Amino acid sequence: MLFPVLNPQRERLRHFHGGVHLPDEKALSNAAPSVAAPLPAQLIVPVQQHIGAPAEPLVAVGDHVQKGQPLAKAQGYVSAPVHAPSSGTVVAIELRKLPHPSGLCAPCVVIDTDGEDTWAELPPPLPDFEQRDPVELRERIRQSGIVGMGGASFPSSVKLNPGPDQPIHTLVINGAECEPYITCDDRLMRERAADIVDGIRIMLHILGTGRCLVGIEDNKPEAIAAMRAAAQRDPAGRIEVVQIPTLYPSGGEKQLIKILTGKEVPSHGIPAQIGMVCQNVGTACAIADAVLRGQPLIERYVTVTGRAVAKPQNYRVRIGTPAAVLVGASGGFVGELEKLVVGGPMMGFRIDDDAVPITKAANCILALTPAESPDPGVPQPCIRCGRCAEVCPANLLPQQLYWHARAKDLDKVQDYNLFDCIECGCCAIVCPSHIPLVQYYRYAKTESWAREREKRASEHARERHAAKEARLERIERERKAKMRPKQAAVAPAAGAAADDKQAAIEAARKRAAEKKAEKTSEQQAGEPTAADPAGGAVPAASAAPDAVAAQQSAQGAVPKPLAPPPVATDAETGAAAGEQAPPPAQERPRASAGQL
Amino acid sequence: MQAQLGFVSSPHAARVNRVDWVMTQVCLALVPGTLALVWFFGWGVLINMALATVFAVAAEAMVMQLRGRPVLPAIRDWSAVVTALLFALTIPPTLPWWMTLLGMLFAIVIVKQLYGGIGYNPFNPAMAGYVFLLISYPVATTSWLPPAVPELLEAKDLATLSFLDSARLIFTGGLPTDLSWDAITAATPLDEMRTKLDQGMTIPEIRASSPLWGVFGGRGWEWVAGLFLLGGLYMLWRQVITWHIPVAFLGGLLITAGAFWLLDPQTHPFPTFHLFSGAAILGAFFIATDPVTACTTKGGQLIYGFAIGATVFVIRTWGGYPDAVAFSVLLLNIAAPMIDHYTQPRVFGQKRRA
Repeated sequence: MLFPVLNPQRERLRHFHGGVHLPDEKALSNAAPSVAAPLPAQLIVPVQQHIGAPAEPLVAVGDHVQKGQPLAKAQGYVSAPVHAPSSGTVVAIELRKLPHPSGLCAPCVVIDTDGEDTWAELPPPLPDFEQRDPVELRERIRQSGIVGMGGASFPSSVKLNPGPDQPIHTLVINGAECEPYITCDDRLMRERAADIVDGIRIMLHILGTGRCLVGIEDNKPEAIAAMRAAAQRDPAGRIEVVQIPTLYPSGGEKQLIKILTGKEVPSHGIPAQIGMVCQNVGTACAIADAVLRGQPLIERYVTVTGRAVAKPQNYRVRIGTPAAVLVGASGGFVGELEKLVVGGPMMGFRIDDDAVPITKAANCILALTPAESPDPGVPQPCIRCGRCAEVCPANLLPQQLYWHARAKDLDKVQDYNLFDCIECGCCAIVCPSHIPLVQYYRYAKTESWAREREKRASEHARERHAAKEARLERIERERKAKMRPKQAAVAPAAGAAADDKQAAIEAARKRAAEKKAEKTSEQQAGEPTAADPAGGAVPAASAAPDAVAAQQSAQGAVPKPLAPPPVATDAETGAAAGEQAPPPAQERPRASAGQL
Repeated sequence: MQAQLGFVSSPHAARVNRVDWVMTQVCLALVPGTLALVWFFGWGVLINMALATVFAVAAEAMVMQLRGRPVLPAIRDWSAVVTALLFALTIPPTLPWWMTLLGMLFAIVIVKQLYGGIGYNPFNPAMAGYVFLLISYPVATTSWLPPAVPELLEAKDLATLSFLDSARLIFTGGLPTDLSWDAITAATPLDEMRTKLDQGMTIPEIRASSPLWGVFGGRGWEWVAGLFLLGGLYMLWRQVITWHIPVAFLGGLLITAGAFWLLDPQTHPFPTFHLFSGAAILGAFFIATDPVTACTTKGGQLIYGFAIGATVFVIRTWGGYPDAVAFSVLLLNIAAPMIDHYTQPRVFGQKRRA
């Protein structure tokens, strides 16, 4: 940015705050070319491998599926389908353990492979993508089940559709791979640079963008060379491969954008707000496969590494392959296994069971020895040395966050910008007191979300209660109104001097009462148990404040004896006009599901 | 494979830093300055360091035991030792043993442990212990020996103490038979400067009046300060501390002292005199940088350090005590949380400071 006018393509690299230099341990696994992982006897394909709504299964138990055939279709805009990674028979659609920090179980399509590995009929290749409508290409990417393969697994088609009000001037491709140990992107760039560049060209076309920056850390010189050579494939010369210094976490989306362009993605915002889209190299490669070959996302590069496996290696792995198969292919565990991690040593999560399948987002299976992942011991008190703040890439004050998280002061942690924390783990690595800081922040985030949910639920309950009260009041009033003419009839002496005016009032009152009676019976038909809060009171919730206000003004400000019926009638006409009418019966279950 | 393995939360990599490593580095960095102190002021310095360490560690262990907390981790973090050493380096080498005991008890039990132990004390324990003694026993805590510089000793007819003399003085209060207090003690350069300025002498007159003065500050004293500076640079190199607090501290002292020296060089000594006298260097690198009681934001550390430096000059020049590092540090300790609050850094992606 020193001389942007003279040389707009070569902006000076910027730094983000903090970061840590870690032993990169990449030499364990980056030397050998990737190999195809063995096709397992059984594939476990989770129907949700992305951020957003789970996909809906399209196959049934017993169905024979072909490789690349959709197993589940996307539901909603932010969602992605999943495809059969190989041919075989669906033997179960059931809950299986996922690679998830909590050991969570979720619906998976389980396929017994037949070993034939026969392709289903694929959509036609689109080699002339530059003549195609971006909408068509996005749909292809969407139908191919492509999600961000750097770990976030956000549906790529959504990311490639920022909308007309957010013009994109730069596509940032993330080949930084800053986590120690992981080398799958390194191998991918060395082996499939041409496909990555084709994927980039497709994305540039979709976004209508004239510039792409590929950021790669300087500990991967072979990948940089391969990508630079491949970038020549773009005749327009839009792709620039930038060597960036090795510094964890330069592969964080926001950190990489800062390094390459000097711009900061707004807090709680997305890159599109500053005219950028960031995609992982694996995603670019998958997009090329989908558009140029019609192949859906059924395979990815996975690094199996760590000193507790016999032979660290990169594999091309079918989605759904159990981690144990990969560990077996690498010669199994050797020595003492301290922990098995999915992802890298800084942000990955421990798994207790290696039967879990590889998903679209799983980039590494890391088997660590006690020497590589020593028990940090009992945390000592924070001495406020501030090392954590020095290395925080978000420029937070981790020691303050820790202090308030420990005190469970959720307001204060948010004052200290808890939600800008990216959980990169830099603070915890440098902490001399060995405090598991990230765990405190996760705890505080979870508690904050829980509190938010609770607050919303209690507000909802309060509204429902008010609505119920209002409705009971109204029913009581209506009952009284109905009784009044009868009482008048029983005591004719009182009404002996009735003049014309009184008669007119009586008539009006009677008409109103009839209308109400009609209405009430209708409502009761629709709401079998009026007192049941889950059923009866929910639809009235939206009308509650109005009803309460009307009721208050009726009681307080209007002294006329006739006041209650007319007020009630107002409320009724509102309801009758349909503005605040209870929703139709089929919508009701959805409303009550939403409040849970 | 299905097992319960290892520690749960990320990161899984080895931690790169340890509290005990930090504390032992501080102890190591104190070595050159300590050697200079022993060279110029005798064995009493070492005796005091040993006594203070024993008292501090014993006090720490006792309180942890009383609190029902694990004793060993608290001892093994070396923080009590660092407190003891810093305290011992600020008291005169003649201080009776029981005053050292009182000071350490006050520092460890009241200032540190009653607030919750390491990490929770708002005040620097070593400085609080020193100030406690300074206020309670002003004479004993300000009676310094003369530096062992031959010309100075001859000119003033002063004597130095052997190891046994020092030990007897500390443990029994008994002086060597042929010596009086006047024969073994001398005013520190800061004392001398204050006294003579109060008598109306000008700086050139003061400097000419005594062989006490060296190039920067007092003879001997400036060597001690210089070697503590060396230790401070070592800590910077090992990244035990960052430059912010020491530079701001010394900058604050130099700038305020320099401004007044420019205004009136007859009644204000050259700024380096302040830098190399008293506990300025020791304070800047070893005392004000105590992480627990200092500011933690970088901007805050600059303000904190500068304010301590400026306060040192103000108290030395117009206050009731010749040196002021302990008071200044304690004063800014209590301001640190507020300074931190107003100097929060701009968070990534946010427009303004928080």
